Amino acid sequence: MSAAGEAVVVQDLVKRFGGFTAVDRVSFTARQGEVLGFLGPNGAGKSTIIRILCGLLRPTAGRALVAGFDVTRDPEAVRARIGYMSQRFSLYDDLSAIENLRFFGGLYGVAPAELRQRIAWAVEMAGLRGRETALAGTLAGGWKQRLALGCAVLHRPPIVFLDEPTSGVDPMSRRQFWQLIHRMATDGVTVFVSTHYMDEAAYCHRLALLDRGRLVALDTPAVLRTTALRGAVLQVQAPPTAETLAALDAAPGVLGAAVFGDGFHVVVNDASAVQDALPVFLAARGIPCQAVVPIAPSLEDVFVQRLGRRDAESAA
Amino acid sequence: MTVRRTLAIARKELIQVRRDPRSLLIAMLMPVLLMGLLGYGARLDARQLPVWIFDRDGSQESQALLHQVRASPYFALVRTVERYDALVAALDAGRARLGLVVPPDFSRRLRSGERVAVQALVDGTDDNSAHLAIGYAEAILDRFAAEVQGDWIRRRGLSERAFVAPLSIEARTWYNEDLDSRHFIIPGVVALAMALVGALLASLAVAREWERGTMEQLVSTPVTAAEILVGKLLPYFAIGMADAAICVAIAVGWFAVPFRGTLLALAAATALFLLVTLLVALFISVTIRNQLGASQIAILATLLPFNMLSGFAFPIDQMPAPVRAITYVVWGRYYLTVVKAILLKGSPLGDLLAPMSALALYALAVGVLATRRFRKSLD
Repeated sequence: MSAAGEAVVVQDLVKRFGGFTAVDRVSFTARQGEVLGFLGPNGAGKSTIIRILCGLLRPTAGRALVAGFDVTRDPEAVRARIGYMSQRFSLYDDLSAIENLRFFGGLYGVAPAELRQRIAWAVEMAGLRGRETALAGTLAGGWKQRLALGCAVLHRPPIVFLDEPTSGVDPMSRRQFWQLIHRMATDGVTVFVSTHYMDEAAYCHRLALLDRGRLVALDTPAVLRTTALRGAVLQVQAPPTAETLAALDAAPGVLGAAVFGDGFHVVVNDASAVQDALPVFLAARGIPCQAVVPIAPSLEDVFVQRLGRRDAESAA
Repeated sequence: MTVRRTLAIARKELIQVRRDPRSLLIAMLMPVLLMGLLGYGARLDARQLPVWIFDRDGSQESQALLHQVRASPYFALVRTVERYDALVAALDAGRARLGLVVPPDFSRRLRSGERVAVQALVDGTDDNSAHLAIGYAEAILDRFAAEVQGDWIRRRGLSERAFVAPLSIEARTWYNEDLDSRHFIIPGVVALAMALVGALLASLAVAREWERGTMEQLVSTPVTAAEILVGKLLPYFAIGMADAAICVAIAVGWFAVPFRGTLLALAAATALFLLVTLLVALFISVTIRNQLGASQIAILATLLPFNMLSGFAFPIDQMPAPVRAITYVVWGRYYLTVVKAILLKGSPLGDLLAPMSALALYALAVGVLATRRFRKSLD
């Protein structure tokens, strides 16, 4: 171990694919038992960082230590100590749930007696009792996802990487899944999760905001909400059209605007001044405005502003 | 390399083959189908070639010759015609492969001890059959001539002894006493069937993981390249050996190919040959990464050189030197040598060390190459 309690240490990590820089000088550390979220739009570099940390991709430059082992020099030592769940839940569709578990148990070298116990645990955890012999390909999203998690952690790895584990899964299953993640963290497992669901981001102990390969911010959700945003947020009740959005963006004192539900969130420097001026400004352009209210910034506001994106759709 | 991880891969692979109807069909039906098709289809000797005869003599002697032709297992005397152009028409239409014309003075000249020529018209579009037809016809006429000569000598009260040819070859064919081409073709078909099934199934094995995205999960585990390859090899090896057993059973039981060697020798040689074939297919599968491409190249890489350059269809010692040099990389040639020696000659393993070691070395080299080629990385 590099330092006590540090499960992962990343220093100036760079990954280039040809001329494209997927990861650009990223540095951070993760403590044991921490749930660290990677948040960012598609192409931000979330999956690439996770793959490098799992030893699946070689970094172009920089260093990464996982469980104390260098991912470039000692990838096998890293692989023995991690669990990885790829974006596509790479299970074998033509193998049953139990066959998948047995297979990965065998690959991780779990001893037979221990494996029996762990498989029973995984079946229970995934809610697959009675469906053990169903082919993985026939399982619905939530089950499949939990089965994939079960396969990835059969050998009780101290560090787990989950690459968008909840995409394409219903809300109930997502909530259940996060409970599993927190239970693992309580047991001392370090969990990396990438997601583009904003509500899930709040479940993480710390969040890493990524944009075009760069680490934009890294802190707890609470700190990010209060300090990461430059300015205040106003909720504007106006028709959610492209016209309104363009008008808001052009309004004096507005740093940025984004559609939220049936209204807008507008980031401003001086909340009280804009709050009074905005209805008048919109009315002059023939846009009715019911209310402008100051609100506490959400993670989404932080996300939208820090990543410089107007479109909050993918973060909804 | 751990046994547990290797077996985990092997077990998984076996389950997948069992659940894939296409693979199952290839594994079970292909060898039987190939043995049936090629066992019956691939013969290099001709039997029952259709012969038409224009007998212009119509004598007792010409009838005796006709009788000889009819009695030969190589010819089927389809009909005798009365006109020359009917014979030509039959050859043109492919109804006759050989046309014999008996001259009008056949019996007269025979009786007077003069030289007689019987005209043979041969369809040369299939040169192998043509050669055989001429050979068989000459043999029949030689025998007929000898009989006539004997009669002629006896009738004149001369001693036959004085006219016996001073030299003769007494040929005895060993190992394939009847010179039945099936006996040397069918061992090749056994190898072909086994190689085809093995190459086809194994070429899909690694490419499938890339194509379905499961490779990403696989390389994130501590499993090594050698474990993956050996694990994937095991079930296909078992299938290939089972197929070989089926093929040999058909060859010996149905086509009556002799089996003079020991089962152990045959099994050892077959195992080595199969190993090389599977490793070549796995190497291709590791390299190509998609199932369609990998299987096509694997079939091409095993079938084409095997058919052309292993001695299966064309004798290696009759090839021009540069081509003969290429045959040394065709691993089928070593197996064919060995399998024919074991089946037909009953050679003990001790006599076959050279080709057997060649196969073993080949397996080792391709195995190392495939393992090196396998990258546990998504880069």
